[in-house]
Amino acid sequence: MIDTTTLWIVIIGLGLGSFFLRFMFTGLVGNRIMPEWLLRHLRYTAVAVLPALVAPQVLWPSATGGTPDPARMAAAAVTLAVGLLTKNVLAAIIAGAATLYGLLYLLG
Amino acid sequence: MAITTPKTAYFRGIVDGSPFILLIIPFATLFGVLATEAGLSVFETLMFSVVVIAGAAQFTALQLLQEEAPTIVVLASALAVNLRMAMYSASLTPYIGSAPLWQRALAAYMTVDQSYVVAIAKFERSPEMTVPQRIGYFFGAVTPIVPLWYGFTVVGAYIGAQVPDSWALDFAIPITFLAMIAPMFRTLAHVVAAFVAVVVSLLVAGVPYSLGIIIAGVIAMMAGARTEKWLAARQGAAS
Repeated sequence: MIDTTTLWIVIIGLGLGSFFLRFMFTGLVGNRIMPEWLLRHLRYTAVAVLPALVAPQVLWPSATGGTPDPARMAAAAVTLAVGLLTKNVLAAIIAGAATLYGLLYLLG
Repeated sequence: MAITTPKTAYFRGIVDGSPFILLIIPFATLFGVLATEAGLSVFETLMFSVVVIAGAAQFTALQLLQEEAPTIVVLASALAVNLRMAMYSASLTPYIGSAPLWQRALAAYMTVDQSYVVAIAKFERSPEMTVPQRIGYFFGAVTPIVPLWYGFTVVGAYIGAQVPDSWALDFAIPITFLAMIAPMFRTLAHVVAAFVAVVVSLLVAGVPYSLGIIIAGVIAMMAGARTEKWLAARQGAAS
């Protein structure tokens, strides 16, 4: 059983800490000009962080206890391919989900 | 629909953020279910989602609370999972840094993976947008996400039943993020950054507290910046 005081310390501490992380640059740097080398790095934040977040989950899904799963890998490949070809987010999500459920059903 | 005012930007943001409804509903429900199973009241569960508003960090904190980890460890681990938000904040600063403080504060509170990726993709594609239009667009993108995050946390807390494994919910995150990233590969530098991110993240997957994401992210950003510089130098030499 989780202690109520501990729980609220965590909720409030995590809320404040997360807000600080999110506000760190937009809030404190604001409209000051950032150096060109930093901006050049920041241009790649999205294409760097999100693949790093996703890749281990594709190869070693927690749902299978970390064992590589053909259905999940195929679903990831289809999502990426449809996304690259159509540039349509919703089409890519639907194609990926259909591949995942289809293969999970077929491979049972 | 051309974006001409902050209002049209807001509506465009709603449209572009709406695919994430498919992700948010099951995940918020799952958090509600797990939190009440761990003994939290419906009110405590809702407050968790309202105050923290970060899926992965909330799941981490809940897990560690149940394992009775020391409070400081719970906080440090969950914040480490959220470190990428500081990178998102830095990346958004050149686009919305000159907006009024209250707007930046509100945008900061609502900076999550989904709103960040929708907004940054749009800001990069449309450099002609004004700052009020960008802020309007950002708040549009969170409109279909944040209220559902709160709402379905409560639904999950009331359902209280286990979500069946056959739903394969674990994979909703990879699919929606891959779908979002795919249109962002505009130059070779973007492709190199993503490739390096994948390779490094797999190599450092064993690093605790999700810090592997930060390590891989920083190295990949350096790879992207390097490639951009190299491409520019080569183009300069050729012309």
